[in-house]
Amino acid sequence: MKFTDVYLQTATKILVFMIMTFSIYVLFAGHNNPGGGFIGGLITASALVLLYIAFDLQTVQEVIPVDYKKLAATGVIVSVLTGVGSLVLDVPFLSQTFKYVELPFLGKTELTTAMIFDLGVYMCVVGTTMTIITSISEDDI
Amino acid sequence: MSTLHLAILLPFIFVVIIPLLYKYTRAIHTGWIALLVPVTLFVYFLQYFSISKAIEPVIVSVPWISSIGLEFTLYLDSLSLLFALLITGIGTLVVLYSIFYLSKDRERLNHFYTYLMLFMGAMLGSVLADNLLLLYSFWELTSVSSFLLIAYWYQRKRSRYGAQKSMFITMTGGFSMLLGFIILYVATGTFSIREIITMGDALTSHALFIPAMFFILLGAFTKSAQFPFHIWLPDAMEAPTPISAYLHSATMVKAGVYLVARLTPIFGAQLEWSWTIIIVGIITLAMGSFNALKQYDLKALLAYSTISQLGLIMSLLGVGSLSLNANYAPYSEYFVAAFVAAIFHLINHSVFKGSLFMMVGILDHETGTRDIRKLGGIMHLMPISFTFTMIGAFSMAGLPPFGGFISKEMFFTSVLTLAEHSNAWITLIPILAWIASIFTFIYCMIIIFKSFTGTYHADRLEQKPHEAPFGMLVSPAILSLLAIALFFFPGLVDTSIIEPTVKEMAAQSPALIADPNWHFHISAWHGINLELFMTIGIIIIGTLLYLGIERWKTPVFDLVPRRLNLFTLYDKAIIGMEKAATRITKSYMTGSTTHYLSYIFAFLIIAVLATLIGTGSFVLDTSQDSPIEWYELMLGIATVIAAVFILFSTSRLMSIMGVGVIGFTISLFFVIFRAPDLALTQLVVETISTALFLLCFYFLPKMKASIESIRFKFTNAIIAIGVGLTFTLMGLSAYGHRLFEPIAEYFTNSYELAGAKNIVNAILVDFRAFDTMLEIVVLFSAGIGIYTYIKLRYAGRNE
Repeated sequence: MKFTDVYLQTATKILVFMIMTFSIYVLFAGHNNPGGGFIGGLITASALVLLYIAFDLQTVQEVIPVDYKKLAATGVIVSVLTGVGSLVLDVPFLSQTFKYVELPFLGKTELTTAMIFDLGVYMCVVGTTMTIITSISEDDI
Repeated sequence: MSTLHLAILLPFIFVVIIPLLYKYTRAIHTGWIALLVPVTLFVYFLQYFSISKAIEPVIVSVPWISSIGLEFTLYLDSLSLLFALLITGIGTLVVLYSIFYLSKDRERLNHFYTYLMLFMGAMLGSVLADNLLLLYSFWELTSVSSFLLIAYWYQRKRSRYGAQKSMFITMTGGFSMLLGFIILYVATGTFSIREIITMGDALTSHALFIPAMFFILLGAFTKSAQFPFHIWLPDAMEAPTPISAYLHSATMVKAGVYLVARLTPIFGAQLEWSWTIIIVGIITLAMGSFNALKQYDLKALLAYSTISQLGLIMSLLGVGSLSLNANYAPYSEYFVAAFVAAIFHLINHSVFKGSLFMMVGILDHETGTRDIRKLGGIMHLMPISFTFTMIGAFSMAGLPPFGGFISKEMFFTSVLTLAEHSNAWITLIPILAWIASIFTFIYCMIIIFKSFTGTYHADRLEQKPHEAPFGMLVSPAILSLLAIALFFFPGLVDTSIIEPTVKEMAAQSPALIADPNWHFHISAWHGINLELFMTIGIIIIGTLLYLGIERWKTPVFDLVPRRLNLFTLYDKAIIGMEKAATRITKSYMTGSTTHYLSYIFAFLIIAVLATLIGTGSFVLDTSQDSPIEWYELMLGIATVIAAVFILFSTSRLMSIMGVGVIGFTISLFFVIFRAPDLALTQLVVETISTALFLLCFYFLPKMKASIESIRFKFTNAIIAIGVGLTFTLMGLSAYGHRLFEPIAEYFTNSYELAGAKNIVNAILVDFRAFDTMLEIVVLFSAGIGIYTYIKLRYAGRNE
């Protein structure tokens, strides 16, 4: 389905960046404020859906050449590997830990292994949602 | 995490590495990469081995899923060490052999070696695990990986059939074994074999002890191809020959033997255990050797010979376990000798059977056939192969100067002792064993002489035979040397492996309690006794029967009725099962989403409502509730209006909007109840699913005016009201009950425990991270499922 809506397209161009920025914020803020990988992933997906609605499939595919299946698979692997990582250190599977460190520019920052795990969740959610939506919309009867 | 854990993980690491490397290392045979694993592991396990003294048992543990009693506990004693050495040692030779057997250009080597590494790791895990659940997991993994290996040439119908059959039978046994393990756990409260052994009477007096024993034996018998479960092994011969040499001689079929040996300290004192194993073993021995005579395909012949030899080892383990029985206390010492024979024959069998399988592979490779009616007269063309085949076959026939001779003599001693100290009927057992040995002798002669001597028919062979390449002969050469070495120097494995193994198996026997320093010396020469005359008898009668085989073969085999064939029985059962399954599935899998949803909802209503009413747990307690505010009431009314609106809407778009309204009101509820995470998620999910709905509806036909019957509408109404009612009642009751201390207190510590101020997030990624991990795996599978559904819909039809 190809149609052109100038208003929508113009608005989308700006909105997508805002939504994306917000989704990244939500992903990283999740540890201490409302948010997290799952919500962040869904917000990113909604931004992408908006893109697909405003423009057509081919255009978006050219601009964002991501294979969503692989993204989802990478996400699952990242999450599982954080669990395996704790096995190597002789603690039960999927034990998470955290530490406060001083980083340049950022100041005192909390680094957690749970963040990596959440990143995996994020990728899996974006990847899966977009796999489903694109494969249905690419289909022709 | 210890080096022993790493040793088990090494093959699994290569399972990942081999496919990754395959693309970039096409120039070299993948086998060379895979060879690193068994060689490393063999050297690793060899450091525990010393000819002059027994190994100090090593036990290492890593917690895994402690809540269900699953610990990654490994136990390395002489029995495990023996198997570990066999698995890695024969594994090395098999991988080396396969490099020359499988063509680099024609075969999908990455698949082959990936499966092989998977199998090797699983096998090592099974023999090193101390935890029964861990053992079970690895055990089933050997079934899965051997399925993949047997079906390696999956284009062939017979391969697929053989793979399915082997998996079907061994997994059925595996499940039964799991049942046995669980009973043991219930009775003792532990999954650790070490600890169960120390339980003693507390376990044997348990009501389900004997059933547990039979369940476990079923697992061992199916895996070790004991009668009547042997039918999978001949069909498994469709695997490439290196695989047959590995799985069906040295490793997988020996897993059952390992299990019986490992659990002997627990069950050995039971007469049911001993006699079941003795009788099944002897029947398997006789039946296997008899059927081997019928075969024309050398590999099928070896398959039956493997069945028969495994029966022999099993029966020896059965005889040995009598030493633990109080009724046989005075002869305990003689029965312990049967354990020695069992372990020694196990080593011998792995050596000569591995070599023989490789030799058959060479014959197949160099002449293009394994049929003894086509082979013949190629002795002068393949002299080295002839020599190795002869060594292997003579060892199997129990002739000196090969290892097989000693263990066969010891086998005769054991069955004779058994007959001496039991009632008259048991005299049948040594007779049956002796007859089976004659058959064994005959089929060994068939292997050597039918394929190498006689007249040479060049026209019957697909290619001109010539001696095998050097690389292919290395592995059988080493095994042949070992077969000879085991005759002259049984001390190689005597004090180091066999004695400590037997001592542990028979630790509770009267003989060993009386004499803790018991020592058994294996020697090639036992003096002039009945056993020696039995061997001489075998040679004379066997030779005579072999010479006249063409005359008696057909009439004798016609005596066995065809209808009693277990193979046909299995096939009929499978076909019947498939038909029944198809009929049942077709009756409810109609392809209509409406039907599927009504099944799910109806089940839900029945299950939940029945539990609620049946257990009398419905309570309505509003005393603790806060008053309902006016804005909450408004939201509630909005939800109801939207729901009613959907019922009467005539277009899909309107329905979707109605559903959207409900979703957004719910997120408002979340806001009111101060759950920002949930509200946020609900909002985004609602947005995306609306987009998804619209997308899907684009493909649907126009919604027709409702023409459904009253009955259809009525059923739907009942289901809908039922679901609503069920959930309302469940929600209200859940609030009225406080059965357990709330766990909320624990989560409120999230800042100290997980460094997170957001409890919801801490639960998702830390406290309950395992749930989240499985959830994203499910999500991913669903996504891939939809993708394949849509993308590959026509792929099958176009072919």
